[in-house]
Amino acid sequence: MIYLLVVFPLLMAAIAFAVPSNRWRPWLLPVGGLVQLILALWAISEPMKRTPVTALNNWLLLDPLGKVILGFLSVLFFLISLYAPAYLALRADRPNRVFCANLFAALSMMTLVSVSHHLGLLWVAMEATTLISAPSIYFNHNARSLEATWKYLLIGSVGIALALFGSFFLAYASLKAGLESTLLFDQLIRDAPKLSPQWLHTAFVLLFIGYGTKMGLAPMHTWKPDAYGEAPGIVGTLLAGGVTSCAFLAILRVYQICRAGTEAEFAREIMIFTGLLSMAIAAVFMARQRDFKRMLAYSSVEHMGILVLAVGIGGLAIYGALLHLINNGLTKGVLFLSAGNIHRAYGSKVTDDVRGAIQRVPLSGAMFLAGFLAITGSPPFGPFISEFTIVNAAIGSGQFVAGGLFLLLLGVVFVGMGATVLAVVQGNPPDTTPANVFHDNVGTGLPIILFMALVLLLGLYIPPPLESLLREAAAFLEGKQ
Amino acid sequence: MIRLLDPLLIVALALNFVALGGSRIRGVIKAVALQGALLGIVPLFVHSSIGVRGLILVAVTVGLKGFVIPAFLVHAMREANIQHEIKPVINFISSLLLGAIGTGLAMVFASTLPLAAEHTQFLLVPASLATVWTGFLMLMTRRKAIMQVLGYLLLENGVFLFSLLLLEAMPFLVEAGVLLDLFTCVFVMGIIIHHISREFSSISTEHLTELKE
Repeated sequence: MIYLLVVFPLLMAAIAFAVPSNRWRPWLLPVGGLVQLILALWAISEPMKRTPVTALNNWLLLDPLGKVILGFLSVLFFLISLYAPAYLALRADRPNRVFCANLFAALSMMTLVSVSHHLGLLWVAMEATTLISAPSIYFNHNARSLEATWKYLLIGSVGIALALFGSFFLAYASLKAGLESTLLFDQLIRDAPKLSPQWLHTAFVLLFIGYGTKMGLAPMHTWKPDAYGEAPGIVGTLLAGGVTSCAFLAILRVYQICRAGTEAEFAREIMIFTGLLSMAIAAVFMARQRDFKRMLAYSSVEHMGILVLAVGIGGLAIYGALLHLINNGLTKGVLFLSAGNIHRAYGSKVTDDVRGAIQRVPLSGAMFLAGFLAITGSPPFGPFISEFTIVNAAIGSGQFVAGGLFLLLLGVVFVGMGATVLAVVQGNPPDTTPANVFHDNVGTGLPIILFMALVLLLGLYIPPPLESLLREAAAFLEGKQ
Repeated sequence: MIRLLDPLLIVALALNFVALGGSRIRGVIKAVALQGALLGIVPLFVHSSIGVRGLILVAVTVGLKGFVIPAFLVHAMREANIQHEIKPVINFISSLLLGAIGTGLAMVFASTLPLAAEHTQFLLVPASLATVWTGFLMLMTRRKAIMQVLGYLLLENGVFLFSLLLLEAMPFLVEAGVLLDLFTCVFVMGIIIHHISREFSSISTEHLTELKE
């Protein structure tokens, strides 16, 4: 079963690569996305009663945390795959063979990350997602996207090389303690109290910097605005929702080991600090940001900060973090896809040229605005619930400084981001822009509406199966299982 | 055999400086290739019996790092028609100096780390840290895309050195995966270098400055 989840998208990648028709190939994406979603939901629901799904001597194991990530990734991929045919039809001038194959290959590797219980394998899968997504950023084949791809690849690879270094340090921590050195997650958790503290300490720092670079935490976030700004909206969603979540999962795994060992306090302090720093830097660069796609990238930096901050706060905030991961990913879907449509309608992504989007592309404009309200934590959308949970946990556990700064920075971001978003959607469309070639249609509109519907749903009502899955995952993270 | 380990590592460390001080790209490629190949055979010295699996890994590592990747980079260099790193961000003397300081600090830092008894007498850990540092330095201070890739390779060599301490903990699949990823990474970077040289008729990353705040 677990093999099927990883192999099926790879198989689809091969098929996508083999299909000769540029016109029909994109339709493989929704088909494959749907099958993967069904497979994932099946894998998540099936073993609830029986033994956990494992393979390869516990190298692969679908634990509660992995289930949350796997389920979320599958939903995210399915929704963006619905957008793909209409988008690629608009870009009929560009060959999409590599693009489609890469999307599937990325899905496969992200799935592998979600089920890896071996830190070496986890690393390999994480690095593979970096490499696979690089050509997708270069989809537009111009100087700017080339620059973005180069930075993404170089910074990402260096970060991930540090993560490998950290993984080795972790293995050495057990060797030093006179144990058999290993990178198997479960064994490390078991041995954690005996691990050499100094090596564990250094390993956490390296792993946090390494995977934090992939996640886009400040100050390792510098590739993010470029990559997200230049990549097609669909790739932006996959990176901002999917790849970052995988990197977050890797950090959570490491955090779990530190928690079981001697370094829990240290890890939490680093996470709270980096989380607040990411939010602050994002807030600064979002203010007066003229390029609305780069603005979304900074919003991603902000929300990655929120995730690690919440884990640092601990307790109830862990549940909030997991819920926020889902909320943020889905809302990013709304924002990136509608921003992509607006970009297409104006041929520009800076606020000097883009005005009155709500008149020119009413659906995308409205969704962009609604997505903005959602991501900044306005009720009744999903992110409001998760952010509220995090603040509540911070205040409840007496961490007033972290909680207070969190609220303050959310406010600053709201103002900064709001200025740019309102400039985009309000006003009258300028006459100078080229004759309108793009209109909202079902293919490019429906996926955004579906994303938005899920965001709204999660704000009003969290389905009991999801609720129990999240609680289980949070308990698993806290070692209460 | 194990007595040969330290001399080998010292050669590897010396190659760090050759790479750091070189302005001819072909020379730097050669230095990095030689270092990769040398480090590839280190497992033979560290572990007395490494078995067939280990031998395969040694062969693949030496083949990839010593021959395939360098040949590929030389090809990329020819295609881009570029021979020299003319003006790095900081000049060659300063980068050599920084490299030397870093190597010294790596020695000091490694001596403070609590090593397992069987590893204390060798230079493996300091050499690993020093090589990672050198790689970083090259990545940050060189303008030519190929030189940055070479810096990344040095960094990877440093990480590889550390992994030799844990040969038994690293399963075959993971090591193979790491090598495959490294190869793919350089391959993808090579393709991008090709595109950079076509787009700007140069592979200097100075041109990559349009995306800024």
